[in-house]
Amino acid sequence: MVEHTEIRVVRCGGSKINHRAPVFANDSRYLLCASGDSVKVYSTNTEECIHSLHGHTDQVTGVALNPANHLQLYSCSADGTVRLWDYVDGIHIKTFIIGFPIYSLYVSTKHEGIVFLILPMAGGGSERFQLVAIHLPKSVEQEVDARELSAVLGDVSPNPRATAFGREGEYIASVIGHQLKVYFFRKQKTYSFSVPRGKKKGAQNQMTCVTCHPTDDCIATGHEDGKIRLWRNFTHQKEYTFSTLHWHHNAVNAMCFSPEGTSLLSGGIESVLVQWRYGEHNNKNFLPRLGGAILHISVSSDGELCSTSHSDNKITIIQRSVKVSAVIQGLVKGEAVRTDLMIDPLSKALVLNGKPGHLQFYSLQRDKHLYNLDIVQQEYIHEAGLDQFEVVRAAFDARGSWLATVEERGQKSSELEISLKLWAYNEQAQSFELNTTITAPHNDQVRSMCFSPSCDSTLLLTTARDNCFKAWLLGTEPDTQNETSSWACDFVGNYHDLRPSSCSFSADGSLLAVGFQEVVTVWNPESWELLTTLCQPPGDIRDLCFGRLSCSKYLLGTNTKNLLCCWNLLTCSLEWSASMDVSLLLSDPLSENVAAFSSQSGKTDLFVFKPSEPRPLFTQKALCSGGVRHAVFAPRGERLSSCDERSQWLNRSQLYFLTDQMDLLTLSTRAEEDRMLAASKQLVIDDSVAVTPFYLLLGKHRQQQKEKEESLLSPAVERIQLPKGSLAIKELLHTPAHVLPAASVLCSLFVNSLLISNTADRADEEPPKQEMETDGEEEDSEGETEAAGARLEPNARACADEDTTPLSKALERELRKVRKSDFGWIAGVLDS
Amino acid sequence: MGEFKVHRVRFFEYMPSAIRALAFNSRSEKLAVARMDGSVEIFNRADNLFQEKVIPGREQRTIESLLWVGDRLFSAGLSGEIAEFDLDNLRVKYTLDAYGGPIWSMTGNAQGTHLAVGCEDGTVKLFEVLMDRIQFERNLDRQKGRIISLSWHPSGSKIAAGMMGMIRVFDVKTGHPVHRLLVERAAGTPRNQDCVVWSVVFLSDYTIISGDSSGKVKVWDGKTGTLIKNHQVTKWDVLALSVSQSEDSLVAGTSEGTVVQFQFLSQVLGQGEKEWVATRTFKNHTHDVRAVAEIQTAFVSGGMDTQLFVRPFLDKVECRTQASAIRKVLFPHRRLVSCAKKAGLLLFQYPTHLELWRLGESEGHGKPGTILPVKKNPEKLLHLKIKGEDHICCSAVSPCGEWIAYATVSSVRLYRILCDNNNVSITKVSKLPKVLSSASQLCFSSDSTHLFAASTHASVHVIALSQSGCKFVHTFKPKSGSTQCAHLLATSEDGAWLGSAHTDHHVHVYNLKKLKAHCTVPVYNSGVSAMAIHPTTNNLVMVHADNQIFEYSIEDKKYTNWTREVQRHGLHNLWLEKGTPITHVTFNPRNPAHIVMHDMNMFCIIDQTLPLPENMMQFHNQQTLQVLPEKERQSAMHAFKTCKSFQHLMCVDLLDDQSLVVVERPLLDITTQLPAPVRQKKFAT
Repeated sequence: MVEHTEIRVVRCGGSKINHRAPVFANDSRYLLCASGDSVKVYSTNTEECIHSLHGHTDQVTGVALNPANHLQLYSCSADGTVRLWDYVDGIHIKTFIIGFPIYSLYVSTKHEGIVFLILPMAGGGSERFQLVAIHLPKSVEQEVDARELSAVLGDVSPNPRATAFGREGEYIASVIGHQLKVYFFRKQKTYSFSVPRGKKKGAQNQMTCVTCHPTDDCIATGHEDGKIRLWRNFTHQKEYTFSTLHWHHNAVNAMCFSPEGTSLLSGGIESVLVQWRYGEHNNKNFLPRLGGAILHISVSSDGELCSTSHSDNKITIIQRSVKVSAVIQGLVKGEAVRTDLMIDPLSKALVLNGKPGHLQFYSLQRDKHLYNLDIVQQEYIHEAGLDQFEVVRAAFDARGSWLATVEERGQKSSELEISLKLWAYNEQAQSFELNTTITAPHNDQVRSMCFSPSCDSTLLLTTARDNCFKAWLLGTEPDTQNETSSWACDFVGNYHDLRPSSCSFSADGSLLAVGFQEVVTVWNPESWELLTTLCQPPGDIRDLCFGRLSCSKYLLGTNTKNLLCCWNLLTCSLEWSASMDVSLLLSDPLSENVAAFSSQSGKTDLFVFKPSEPRPLFTQKALCSGGVRHAVFAPRGERLSSCDERSQWLNRSQLYFLTDQMDLLTLSTRAEEDRMLAASKQLVIDDSVAVTPFYLLLGKHRQQQKEKEESLLSPAVERIQLPKGSLAIKELLHTPAHVLPAASVLCSLFVNSLLISNTADRADEEPPKQEMETDGEEEDSEGETEAAGARLEPNARACADEDTTPLSKALERELRKVRKSDFGWIAGVLDS
Repeated sequence: MGEFKVHRVRFFEYMPSAIRALAFNSRSEKLAVARMDGSVEIFNRADNLFQEKVIPGREQRTIESLLWVGDRLFSAGLSGEIAEFDLDNLRVKYTLDAYGGPIWSMTGNAQGTHLAVGCEDGTVKLFEVLMDRIQFERNLDRQKGRIISLSWHPSGSKIAAGMMGMIRVFDVKTGHPVHRLLVERAAGTPRNQDCVVWSVVFLSDYTIISGDSSGKVKVWDGKTGTLIKNHQVTKWDVLALSVSQSEDSLVAGTSEGTVVQFQFLSQVLGQGEKEWVATRTFKNHTHDVRAVAEIQTAFVSGGMDTQLFVRPFLDKVECRTQASAIRKVLFPHRRLVSCAKKAGLLLFQYPTHLELWRLGESEGHGKPGTILPVKKNPEKLLHLKIKGEDHICCSAVSPCGEWIAYATVSSVRLYRILCDNNNVSITKVSKLPKVLSSASQLCFSSDSTHLFAASTHASVHVIALSQSGCKFVHTFKPKSGSTQCAHLLATSEDGAWLGSAHTDHHVHVYNLKKLKAHCTVPVYNSGVSAMAIHPTTNNLVMVHADNQIFEYSIEDKKYTNWTREVQRHGLHNLWLEKGTPITHVTFNPRNPAHIVMHDMNMFCIIDQTLPLPENMMQFHNQQTLQVLPEKERQSAMHAFKTCKSFQHLMCVDLLDDQSLVVVERPLLDITTQLPAPVRQKKFAT
């Protein structure tokens, strides 16, 4: 089984950061956020991820600060554990094993040492949930069993926003359906209130979320129909009362009171943060256009900052003055990625559907969202059920200077609107700019689109359901108006009025294969001549791809009748075929390898093979559960030198794929992991040094000074100082920029530390030399009337002289010293 | 149910008047409603919110404020007069000029000894309430600017007066102002436009609550004169405030048509410190809410859209009953249309004129549900403007269509109409008997030979009509000494009996042949909303405000067996819970077992031969009956056959030619005639 551990599937970032509400650290410098199996610590100022807390083995479902120690964090997970962390240093302190999947976590200062969890009900199946209190046992062990549960409320909603602690932890409120339940800890009594079910058509007044005022006895519930109700007097089963706030036109997703209770924040699908003044119903502030629908709102303990989590995997940090101060953007995962995964040839970023109407560029190496490119260029209207433009196809040409996109609207209605846009890369602006818009390029949905890979022509091919394919060419003579050439249709091809499915260019762009139902047609893109047809019935062609490099004489195709065929283009005959259900066929642009994903009984298998060889290079059964929709080969920055046969195919490029659950996965090799481990070790800071990097730098500096003092005593040690200095530079360069102090502070420290090293021994030699120089200068200035050719230099010298005259002799000497000093260390630094 | 030819009449342009003031008497549970045309209506909260009495309006009389002192009702208005109403005889008892210009507001102290009115000239005038009149006592210090609103502290020592831009607090004993609370203008209003304090409320803990034209409800400390809390309720005006008796709830009516409830709640449960918190908002009106009143477990609101709305507070209702349902009063609970059955004429009663219409004719027969072609259009025969300032309080047309009578509080007039094909001539009958100085209800006998007029002190006059003139015949007086006038009269087809129903729920039957009182129907605790005497059996059918139906045999002086059966069995819940009282009862001469009655939303035919519906049974079962097979239909049928295809009914009557007259007044037609409401931004518009 060694081989199986050699290559393994790893999740490569891009996990959801909007799954649960984030938590602000007490000083609001950090934002702690559940992200996949880990908890990420973000800086609220710089938006950078500082570190992540790994340990859970399943989705983290809740985070909360330890009320007893605000430097500690509780996190709970679907793996049935609650873990305690020191989030500043990223240390895992304790694990409490609960034994049931946990859906949410609540803590309160009044209930120290107790956590409140939402667990599935014992006998109720997976549909019913309960709120339980768990006394966390005090023990020194790392792993503790905490299985003493006491039920607080039965039948609660698993939604974490549907439960909240009330004033000073006196009571806990939970909503489910049309009902609000309030449990008072002191009286140990539950009150429940309900709103009447909406009688009118479409009036859904189910409760969606709840929050409690921090100082008053007031509970706010958000409703499906966009209303917020403020409940008061809820110790009386009968004389309770509520007031209604209504601004949202769709369901209220999240609400939060400010810590002082002066305002209430609410958000929903409109992606507008509404700030209500408590007690003044008509006074409200808005922060519109935040992006995706608001899912969570949380507020820092001092009320200075609040954060909104959005459905497009984004956290916005908002100041008290209702101003956005930072945006933490993860990989945007819409409902469906309709474009393929692509690699931008220039930035090497992963490109796919992002926000509605946008393409997102995502750096795989840094696990960071780079930017969104607005394709549709229309305001997105946040309302459910609206038919809006969507980017359905996108393609880059080989050099990355052109991007083609297809957007469409009207799948639900009969009228289909399609437009094809071509974007040119602008070197100055470092971004894509719209070059040509072609409205209605086809009469029906575009099935596939690709650029010709040949270097000397820019040719774009689109196939559509209207039974033809079209070739688009960049016009040679520039448009008279704006001096740039635009794209136009060059050729319309069809074959027996069959419906084309996929198209593919050969690696050199000399051949074009288009699949027309059962028939593969091969064309010459130069002359638009139909060269040959290949046919392997039954079954329609699904995917087509040409072999690369040494295998470029092969054309591979898959069809709907579970057949993978390989044709030899020289003989125009079938070379081999295999019976397998290939859902996705993909060729590596840098090697001969072809990857085929085959889904069988809910699992997906991966085969990597060379078209010339019948034996697959690599197979992995049960790669992941569910189907794989999209995959891409991303070229590696530097070539791996793995000699193992099984992992050789990953040397040049890496395979990323997106599952049905929208998880971005990749395959990683042992060698790669080793290298990463080594790299991370290199970066790990020595534990003995002080905590912050600034201290670190200062410490180094002091240490050096000490050494310098020593070196003054013993000139023999002097030479060793240079590498030490370079170490300091290394520290400077390797520390993340956001934790460094201001550059002005560092600069003088840094320069000083480097300069002083030479003082001791040169001091004796300098003075005579200096005097000599001054003499020379005087001579020069006296002989001013000499030849013009020699004038330039002395003049400059004179200028320098004039400048320096007000300087004291000592300073002057110092300057000269600097000039004369040995700058060879720079070379040393650069070398190291 | 039978098939009828229906005259669907929509040319009665009835327009109710906007509601200006409300006053609730918590002891007798009577609600007084003043309308813009000067009329006052008395609703009985205990009796299903039945409109018991209507005091007709008068030209130039505008009521700004209504006040109950004990069981006496006072009004004050822009005419500068204070009036007391005679609730027995439905007229103004006396008026007294306050000599301070138009009166904007009136309040009384909790002890019921004094009235205070706020006048245009800036004075607050105190009046002493005496047994039979009121007497001017003194002025409080005169202020600059008019007094818009007044509220008396329950202890009687202080009065808060809302003015332009400020509230003054007066010490009643000295008459000097104690505090001056300034109310700022709304942001963005011009400098010369002061904020108007439309309403103030003085609570017993010396809290003053004010509603003003900047849309704020302000809570003041009346001892120190400081502002405690400011609630911005609306962008427009807060026009009316009303506090509950226990002073823990307050309602505010706004120009947007909303009513906002405030409650006096503690911020932290179980601890003292209470605060006024805006809680619920009710949007029942489309126009200004000019008046609100808290009545124990509900609040009443009325305004420019002419509707009276009763909305219960569900948290104060012990169990959901008929009384706790939302109630809406759109149309008066009495008839404004009288129908000449033989001649096919309709008389419409407007406040200041009468209209007489002849119904159209159609030809042929059609299938049920189809519209017949009109052969002859309905025709307006007469437009009769009244003389004098008083509005019409009742009118009647004789069955033969020859006589028209109407009455105001000061006079009764009788006209004779001669219809000669296209020529209509009208002659006023002069020399009416002296006793006929006023009438609260008029009625002609079925052969059009007698006119019956209900008059003061519960008396009913009988006047014989003839070609030459009229002659006073007799005055009936009930044996019991009740003094409340009759609001309904009914005569029998054979001219032998006359029934009169009085506002104190008494029903008397008189023998017209012997000219003496015949009997008194046992008093039921709910008012009679409609009654009629059966043409063949001479049974008196009465429908009460709580929707109970009684059939009383006049000859036997006892309830009929059918009534006993109804009482034993009980009526269907849906019938009992309907919020609109029956306003007219009539009979089908072809089928004596059928009683036809209608309210605002439906008309129904009660078949006395069929069994009464069980509570479990479907009440409105006309649709299901049609699809049932014959056998099951027989068993599923019950006595109540309702028809809801006509809505907003003012009148349903059966003509002698077996055609049905249905007078509708669609609400849409009323709302289009209302002034435009304040502009509001509606989402997605």
